Amino acid sequence: MKKLLCFVLLPVFGLSLLTGCGKSSAENGEVIVYNWGEYIDPETLSLFEEETGIKVVYDEYDTNETMYPKVEAGASAYDVICPSDYMIQKMIDNDLLAEINLDNIPNIKNIGQQYLEQSKEFDPENKYSVPYCFGTVGILYNKTMVSDPIDSWAVLWDEQYADNILMQDSVRDAFMVALKLNGYSMNTLNEAELQAAKNSLIEQKPLVQAYVIDQVRDKMIGDEAAIGVIYSGEAIYTQRENENLEYVIPKEGTNVWIDSWVIPKNAPNKENAEKFIDFMCRGDIALKNFEYITYSTPNTAAQELIEDEDIKNSKIAFPDFSQYENLETFQYLGSDGDALYNSLWKEVKSE
Amino acid sequence: MNKKALLKKKLLGTPYFIWSAIFILVPLGMVFYYGLTDRTGSFTLENVLAISTPEHAKALGIALLLSLIATLICLLLAYPLAMILCGQKNGRQSFIVLIFILPMWMNFLLRTLAWQTLLEKTGVINSILNFLHLPSLNIINTPYAIVLGMVYNFLPFMVLPIYNALSKIDGNVINAARDLGANPIQVFMKITLPLSIPGIISGITMVFIPALTTFVISKLLGGSKILLIGNVIEEEFTQASNWHLGSGLSIVLMLFIIVNMLLTAIFDKDGEGSFL
Repeated sequence: MKKLLCFVLLPVFGLSLLTGCGKSSAENGEVIVYNWGEYIDPETLSLFEEETGIKVVYDEYDTNETMYPKVEAGASAYDVICPSDYMIQKMIDNDLLAEINLDNIPNIKNIGQQYLEQSKEFDPENKYSVPYCFGTVGILYNKTMVSDPIDSWAVLWDEQYADNILMQDSVRDAFMVALKLNGYSMNTLNEAELQAAKNSLIEQKPLVQAYVIDQVRDKMIGDEAAIGVIYSGEAIYTQRENENLEYVIPKEGTNVWIDSWVIPKNAPNKENAEKFIDFMCRGDIALKNFEYITYSTPNTAAQELIEDEDIKNSKIAFPDFSQYENLETFQYLGSDGDALYNSLWKEVKSE
Repeated sequence: MNKKALLKKKLLGTPYFIWSAIFILVPLGMVFYYGLTDRTGSFTLENVLAISTPEHAKALGIALLLSLIATLICLLLAYPLAMILCGQKNGRQSFIVLIFILPMWMNFLLRTLAWQTLLEKTGVINSILNFLHLPSLNIINTPYAIVLGMVYNFLPFMVLPIYNALSKIDGNVINAARDLGANPIQVFMKITLPLSIPGIISGITMVFIPALTTFVISKLLGGSKILLIGNVIEEEFTQASNWHLGSGLSIVLMLFIIVNMLLTAIFDKDGEGSFL
């Protein structure tokens, strides 16, 4: 009988605990955030909760493509999401985003003008998005394992590095490398250009050790490969762990990407969402996040606050874009364009 | 049995009916719906027939080949092991079974990742080989590593049903055969093997089906360089967001699984293999 009582009482007790908790911290409602995995310093979330009394409900995704159907279906309503450039464009095109009232986000003054300019490639009037992180895609190489200086995508086709090359295992990133190598735009829909890129990728496949996404980081740190295609934010982290690694932006140009905060149309707490975005644009908060995730921040106030001179002047974190040619940002290619890229990528992968 | 008792029995079954309806029938219906329609929602067989394109057919062929090899290796490893197990005393028997099941308490992904760390060029195995001045082992990111991953992960599913079938064989039957002058080989071929066939068949099913449909093992141990049919389907859902094609290909895969299960149903009439 005692046992039975325990079984009945425990859940009741547990429930009361849960509801009690919910009430005390949700005095000003809540904000439901949907962000990339490991893409924020958790401390900033608790700071936000303390200062505003708004409870943060936090959820993560690993690719833009897995995030999109969930938001489109509307099954789960989010208040703030952090997609990348081309995905923001797709969401604007499909009428999924609400305009952000910038009067409620005074801290947007901290965001460098050049990044807002660049956002116009996917959000022409800066109405729907507030930049959170940016970066490039480049080559990470191990200085002890390569002989010649590296400055070109062509090194990924060099036979002396056979079985020592890590490629990105995602359609657009892989095609970006091949298209740039051939001197084309990475947003092309031209059949002949894409065929050329596909043939380059097929030619490269025997030299590739593995197609990976997040694991480039760990494999490069562990000296598993000599050369890898990587996001600049990861590059800073890998250098902390393995000092032989060096990052370079290839001379043929590359992808400059921006991940920005957006508010979906069906957001239940739009005001709180704007408060959240404003909070994330605060200099000290952006700095905390930058130090935690090592992805470059477009927040000039935070850039000023960086204490480590090496990082502050880092060419990896804050490259001088005027030095490079053919820098581009991904654009949404429409569902037919996506299908074309995907079928070509499948041909490469099944070779 | 009177009516009341029958009704009671049925009532007890309702939670299971509801469970299977929501989590088995509804998802299955959705796969068929997506697989047999196109983006506009009209009926089409295109997604199912897409299996005949060179890329898909090749992926299916490699998946079939690798999973057949893995199943065969599992069978060859598991049968002697199950026999050894049966020969042990009771206490020891359950201890060895426990050792076998122990790794399964750990997550399947973690175990596969661990193999990656072991097999890598600078991994644990190669470091030891290097230290001993032996030639290094370069099977990571090749089909060999995929088969190794399949065998390692699914071996317990082969051992346990065979062990179960073997342990149910009445010792008197074997003694009788010996009495009548059968030598050990004859006992094995005429008594033990035929009586353990239900276990073998369900073991084959339990290894072959997950091996055929896996996409994680080829991703982690094959370096994503070898495209199995499971990878194609996974990418249609997660990357290409073409659920129609992904579902259509899943229906094709289901056909193979149904054939396999029919075989099981024919051979395993008494449910010998329902150990797990």
